[in-house]
Amino acid sequence: MITTAERVPLAEFEGATGWHLRPEGACQGEICVPLPAGVHDGATIDVAAAAERLRMPVVHDAVRGLTAIGPAGVGGHRLETAVAPDLVLPDLDGALFDLAWLRGQKVLIVSWAPY
Amino acid sequence: MWQALREELHPQGLEVVTVGIDAAGAEACRPFIEAAAPTHPSLVDATHRVAAALGVVNIPNGVWIDEQGCIVRPAEPAQPRESVPERRYEPVDGLPDRMNDILAEAARIRVDTRYVAMLRDWVGRGADSPFALTPDEVVARSGPRDAAAAEGQAHFELGAHLWASGDRPGAEEHWREAHRRCPDNIAYKRQAWSLAVEGTGFDRFWQGPAPGHEDEWPYDSDWLSEVRAMGAERYYPPLDA
Repeated sequence: MITTAERVPLAEFEGATGWHLRPEGACQGEICVPLPAGVHDGATIDVAAAAERLRMPVVHDAVRGLTAIGPAGVGGHRLETAVAPDLVLPDLDGALFDLAWLRGQKVLIVSWAPY
Repeated sequence: MWQALREELHPQGLEVVTVGIDAAGAEACRPFIEAAAPTHPSLVDATHRVAAALGVVNIPNGVWIDEQGCIVRPAEPAQPRESVPERRYEPVDGLPDRMNDILAEAARIRVDTRYVAMLRDWVGRGADSPFALTPDEVVARSGPRDAAAAEGQAHFELGAHLWASGDRPGAEEHWREAHRRCPDNIAYKRQAWSLAVEGTGFDRFWQGPAPGHEDEWPYDSDWLSEVRAMGAERYYPPLDA
């Protein structure tokens, strides 16, 4: 996720990283990482503190005033869990499609590129 | 080609979702999507979110998700053809040497033609299919991602953000860092190379320095050098069926 703020709304953090805040911590599928008190207050989350706990790299571009948070490194694999990630992407016209809408069907996701 | 497979397997409970990955955005994907006229969801990913979310490192790639929302095969080379004739590339008169060399390497790239048969087996048999993996196998086979690779993904996202805002040097700076930290992410490289030069007459497939402008090339490698170094046969590793 790209951010310019030290704290962001929980929903923004969850949508961008796929990690959800639950009473037991930050969770993706069955994996939960406890967060120290104060990392989030129920409305916003301290991005750097959460990133540290989830072993997410923080890359700062001082020239442009931007920070990017990379994916979590909890398990050391590209997938932390086999539970399908949150993924909401636009179609050609910008209408958002949530992959979760396809629960109940088998799904083949094909990634391609025009180059 | 995915559309035909979708028509065949949709009555048996499969939906196909295609994701066009391109920092150049939806308009770059539009001609291809409109030509395919898909009846399935066809989405656009301008920041390579599928790299972090699904572990996609090359294209085309496929991921299987079952009815409960569990990944049963992680990202792997996927293509809809069930046979590909062996061919030897004959250089075409009038093409630049570099383009003949690129097409000769491309002809050596092998694709695993078992993918569609594996997919049909899973659609028909579900969890009883030997190609549907357990959650532990899915995570293990998704491949390693160390701290450097995760940092590379953050650099790539910064680059895509900067590209979209019109900051070409900024995008190139971060994409170069992404390539160094994620050497096996071929999609990151193809993306950057495809946007690095204009005016070669070969649009986004030149993927290397323009003739006479070699010292302006902003990346450590280019498509032709990369494929020659890795060996075309390793470009799409065979499926671990």
